Amino acid sequence: MANGSYEGSFQLEFEKPLVQLEKQIAELERHEDAAGDFASEIKKLRASYSTLLKKTYAKLTPWQTVQVARHPGRPQSIDYIRTFVKDFAELHGDRRYGDDPAIITGFGRIGPYKCMVVAHNKGKETKEKIACHFGCAHPEGYRKAMAKMKLAEKFGLPIVTFIDTPGAYPGIGAEERGQAEAIAYNLREMAKLKVPVVCVVIGEGGSGGALGIGVGDRIAMLQYAWYSVISPEGCAAILWKTGEKASAAAEQLHLTAKENLKLGIVDEVIDEPLGGAHRDLSATAEQVEKWIVQSLRELNRYKVDNLVKRRYDKFRALGQTAAS
Amino acid sequence: MSQVPGRSWQEVVDMQQEKSGVPEGLWMRCSACEAMVYRKQVAMNLWVCPECDHHYRIDARQRITQLCDPDSFEPKWTDITPTDPLKFEDLKPYKQRLKDESSKVDHPDAILAGTGYIKGRRIVLAALDPNFMMGSMGSVVGEVLTCAIEHARERDWPLIIVSCSGGARMQESALSLMQMAKTSAALARLDDDGGLFISVLTDPTTGGVTASFAMLGDVIIAEPKALIGFAGPRVIANTVRQELPPGFQRAEFLVEKGFVDRIVERRNLRSEISRIIDYAGK
Repeated sequence: MANGSYEGSFQLEFEKPLVQLEKQIAELERHEDAAGDFASEIKKLRASYSTLLKKTYAKLTPWQTVQVARHPGRPQSIDYIRTFVKDFAELHGDRRYGDDPAIITGFGRIGPYKCMVVAHNKGKETKEKIACHFGCAHPEGYRKAMAKMKLAEKFGLPIVTFIDTPGAYPGIGAEERGQAEAIAYNLREMAKLKVPVVCVVIGEGGSGGALGIGVGDRIAMLQYAWYSVISPEGCAAILWKTGEKASAAAEQLHLTAKENLKLGIVDEVIDEPLGGAHRDLSATAEQVEKWIVQSLRELNRYKVDNLVKRRYDKFRALGQTAAS
Repeated sequence: MSQVPGRSWQEVVDMQQEKSGVPEGLWMRCSACEAMVYRKQVAMNLWVCPECDHHYRIDARQRITQLCDPDSFEPKWTDITPTDPLKFEDLKPYKQRLKDESSKVDHPDAILAGTGYIKGRRIVLAALDPNFMMGSMGSVVGEVLTCAIEHARERDWPLIIVSCSGGARMQESALSLMQMAKTSAALARLDDDGGLFISVLTDPTTGGVTASFAMLGDVIIAEPKALIGFAGPRVIANTVRQELPPGFQRAEFLVEKGFVDRIVERRNLRSEISRIIDYAGK
C-alpha cells in the first residue's frame, strides 16, 4: 500500500485481515507488468480494503485503541519534531545528575513561533528503546524537562510538549533519585509558568509520568491515544487480580480521547487519518501542527497574569462535579 | 509513655477500637515484633507498640485527635461527597464500594480536614484516611485538599497535611490523576504567598499522592519506617527483576537519599510541628 510504511512485520490481532489484503494487493501489483493486467482485480481488492478499514476503525474498542496507541509503527515525538519543528536545536541534561534520553528537549520553530519543545522519547531501534526505557522517564528526565521549561520562561518562549509514555520508570535508581519529588515539583512549577504551554498526547498518556509534562493551557489528544491514571494492565492486576482483564479495565477507565474530552481532561481531539496515525505520518503531523499553531496564536493574546490564572482555573475545576 | 492530650485512655481506646485493623480483645499480638501487648497500653501509646516502637496505621479521626489541642478541631468541607462519575465497575461496582467503605469512617471519603490548634497555634489540618479505600485520592480528596490549601492561604495559617495513601484512585481514572495537578497548583499559590506547608508522611505514602502534594512540603517529616515511594515495591521488583535493597523506600531511606527532612516519632509530632511553625510560620 502507498501508505503502508509502518513496520510490516508487526500486526495487531484485529488488523490481521487488513494486513492480509494489503499483502495480496502488493503481490498483484508486483506481477502486473509481467503476467498481464490485474487492474480490475486490484481495484476490487482496494475497494474491499478501504471498506474493511473503515469498518474496523469505526468501532474500535478501548482496548484496541490502546493497542493502536502502542503500535510500533506509530509516529513518535521525534517523528513530529522531524516533520514540522524547524531548526530544532536539542538541549541535553538536567544540570543535576544526567541526561535522560527518555525525554527530548530543545529549541525549535513551529509555524511562525519559536518554542521550547519537551517530549517523551520511546526510541526506534532496540538499543535506543532500551536506553529510553521504552519511554519511561527517570527523575533526571523530569528535571531536565523543568530546567528547559524554566529556560523558555526566562526568554518568553512558549512551551510545546508531546506526551507518549507508558508511565514514569518504576526502578530502584528512580526511587533513590526521587521520582515522586521530580514529578510533584513539575506539577507545581508548570502551574505557574509565565509562558503559554500546549500539550499533545500523541500515544500513551500513562499516569503521573504523562502529567509530569502535561500541565498546560491547552491539551489535545490524538484520536487513538489513551490517557489514564493507570495502564489497563496495571488496573486489571490490582482490581481484577489478573492482568488478563486489561480489556475490561480499558473500558472502565474511560481512557480514550473521546471520553477524556467528555470529562474535560483534554480540550480537543485531533483526528487521525483513516486506519490510524501509523498509516500516514504526514497527514497526522499536519493536523498536529495545525492545532499547535492555532492554540499558540490564541494563547498569545492573553496577558501573562490572565494566562496563569486561566490555567489555574482550568485545573481547579476538574473533579468538582464528581465531588459534590 | 505519652497520652493523647486531654483525653482519657478510655476515649482513645473507644475511638480506635473497631478501626485499628488489629484483632479485638484485651491483648493483641504486635504485627511487627509479635509480642503480646496490652491493647489499652498500645492505645495510650498513640497506637505505637510499646515493645518495638512499631507505628500502627491510624485513621484520620484518631490522627487529628492526637495532633490537635483538645476539642479545638472544627471539621470543614464535609459536605463534599463522592459520586461515581465513570460508573466504574470491576469485581464490585464503585458505587457499592463507596457505600461499603463509608460505614468504616465518620466522614464522606478518604479525608478529614478542618481547622484547629496545635499547642495554641492556629492551623489548617488535613489527614488522609487509610480505612477508606486505602486513603486513595479521587475527586473528593483532591477537592477537600484544595479547599484546605486555599483556606490556609486566605487566612495565612500554617497548613499541615498528614498523608496515608496508596495513591490516586483508579475508579475515577483521569479525574483522580488531575487531582495531582490541582492540589499542586493550589500549593504553588500558597508557596508564592509565603505560606507554610508541613507535609507529614505516614505508612504508606505512595503513587500519585507522593508524586504531588506530599512531596511539596516546605518541611517534610515522616514517621519511622513508613513506606514512602512513587512505584509500589512489588511493581519495582517485577520490573527490575532483582531483590530490593534492605530498607528500600522506608522513611530512613528517604532521609538518606535527601527527600525527607526529619523522622519524627508519633509521640513527638505535636511538639515538632509546633517548633517548625515557630521558626517558619507567621
